[in-house]
Amino acid sequence: MATKLRARRLRRTSPTSESRLVQFLLIAIALAFMGVILLLPLYAVFHEAFIKGVGAFFAALGEKDAQAAIRLTLLVAAIAVPLNVAFGLAASWAIAKFEFKGKAFLITLIDLPFSVSPVISGLVYVLLFGAGSFLGPWLKSYGIEVLFALPGIVLATIFVTFPFVARELIPLMQDQGTGDEEAALSLGANGWQTFFRVTLPNIKWGLLYGVLLCNARAMGEFGAVAVVSGKIRGQTTTMPLQVEMLYNEYNASAAFALASLLALLALVTLVLKTALEWRFGNEIAAGH
Amino acid sequence: MEVRVQNVRKEFDRFPALHDVSLDIRSGELIALLGPSGSGKTTLLRLIAGLEMPTQGKIFFGDTDASEKTVQERNIGFVFQHYALFRHMTILENISFGLKVRPRSSRPPAGEIRRRALELLDLVQLSGLEKRYPSQLSGGQRQRVALARALAIEPAVLLLDEPFGALDAQVRRELRKWLREIHDRTGHTTVFVTHDQEEALELSDRLCVMSQGKIEQVGTPDTVYDHPTSPFVFGFIGESSTLPVTVENGELWVGGRAIGIPAGDASPGEARLFFRPHDVDLIEADASLAGVVSTARRVGGTRRVELEIGGAGHLVEVDLPFDHPAGEKTRLAFRPRRWKLFPAG
Ligand SMILES: Nc1ncnc2c1ncn2[C@@H]1O[C@H](COP(=O)(O)OP(=O)(O)OP(=O)(O)O)[C@@H](O)[C@H]1O
Ligand SMILES: [Mg+2]
Repeated sequence: MATKLRARRLRRTSPTSESRLVQFLLIAIALAFMGVILLLPLYAVFHEAFIKGVGAFFAALGEKDAQAAIRLTLLVAAIAVPLNVAFGLAASWAIAKFEFKGKAFLITLIDLPFSVSPVISGLVYVLLFGAGSFLGPWLKSYGIEVLFALPGIVLATIFVTFPFVARELIPLMQDQGTGDEEAALSLGANGWQTFFRVTLPNIKWGLLYGVLLCNARAMGEFGAVAVVSGKIRGQTTTMPLQVEMLYNEYNASAAFALASLLALLALVTLVLKTALEWRFGNEIAAGH
Repeated sequence: MEVRVQNVRKEFDRFPALHDVSLDIRSGELIALLGPSGSGKTTLLRLIAGLEMPTQGKIFFGDTDASEKTVQERNIGFVFQHYALFRHMTILENISFGLKVRPRSSRPPAGEIRRRALELLDLVQLSGLEKRYPSQLSGGQRQRVALARALAIEPAVLLLDEPFGALDAQVRRELRKWLREIHDRTGHTTVFVTHDQEEALELSDRLCVMSQGKIEQVGTPDTVYDHPTSPFVFGFIGESSTLPVTVENGELWVGGRAIGIPAGDASPGEARLFFRPHDVDLIEADASLAGVVSTARRVGGTRRVELEIGGAGHLVEVDLPFDHPAGEKTRLAFRPRRWKLFPAG
């Protein structure tokens, strides 16, 4: 009798564990959901990309406009990501290590791009630099085109992606406090030495994580860029825009060939992100 | 190096953490800043280091005014309460950091830096651990690395903020002895913060008792213990008992009874009597402090009893030999051997 009771009790491994059936159902629902929402589309992208064979796939990628779109996307990311790293470092340094008025406001401001629809962000730049604005014609008189050109695309991308690095670093740096920096200063290090030898190594994995997310978003951004780019084929179309244009022209296989590159970027980002989380989880701020 | 703190006031957002503090630190001495939590010890230490700037007043290193100098220019060694070791550097890299960041003109060659760091590692008895990372050391070992790192730059003044605060009692005692030895060997002017009075009394040449942003008393451990100049110091350093008394006819009175203690030059009126619980004689005379035991408990080699004195129910503690038969309700009479009288209030 007593052993029977114990056996029954043992089956429940912890007070919060549900019965087998419930566990099975929950896991099955989660997997099915993931399959339909995530894996199936991913499969579809690659399937469509190769539907006309490997040759057609590479031909689509080698096409002149596709090449231009890839180059533009890489260029925009190469400008926007470093600028956002610099901005993110400065903002999180200020927020984590100093006390000043308006700090809470600055933190809220950093989150703004997350809460504003990307299309609105794009429209703001159209209003700022468009033909009817004050800034646009003035810059144009100096020969600088912002809208429907590279500067506009870069600005919109920066706006949409600037929270990533800062949001990653602020909690990390707040958590680490100023102790290490004070120690370095007391040992005679100057500001730069303190930053490069103490602060940066302390945050490097968190920074890398933020850069990864920032880059993925910068290359994949559609809404804001669509508004400011003017979609001039071969000139101001980034990869996501090019995909949409090809698709609208019923050129599905070329559209998906390009899309598969973006999907690949997402997969690589995911793998690196997981690897970072797994290896340096305690050095990367939680909250993602 | 001599350090003079002159009328320093420090405010944080209008909140005064230090009021008009002056302190002369002698060259080569080991001085303790002792006081309850929030009394301003860390603030004073950080002001000396240059990690904070005074709202008012000046700090001199020798004859030079250091108030306007940066942390780096002051050449101090600071040991932080939570060590603040660089976690991504090995122990050896941590210790050599201060030498490696020097400008090229004054930086020793790499071999020399390594030799000095290893020498310091030996001084703090951690030879062989140079390749480890801080996370691979125990708390006591980390503390010693922090000290070695601070010593590496040959500081003019060594400042330690609760250096043993995070360690257990056994390790604290060992490190305390060891810090004294290191100090005697290297001769650095050393200021250390603690709120452990035993540590301060045992380790320091002089101690500076602080309370609520003010310095209460500065002196050798013996002076501060034997001749406290304020009720706060008497109560804070060592065990103490206190009792309200009346001064009249050149004698002290409690509850209408003379207690056999002359008032000295105290002015008539209300006053507070302070004495040490272990510094009393049990006597049978009429003129004594008499009371009924309310609790008695054995503490190591002594028996500490709480006596209710007179009708007003004032409680004082006295120590008896542990084999004294006093139990609850026993009536006892005693007189302090040494005492101190402070104005009431
Ligand atoms: N950066 C700061 N901003 C505002 N107030 C501060 C700051 N640093 C210290 N204080 C205040 O100054 C007072 C003295 O603080 P301090 O840290 O010097 O105390 P302490 O004697 O070192 O105490 P503890 O033993 O707890 O370390 C405290 O009331 C504290 O709240
Ligand atoms: Mg403190």
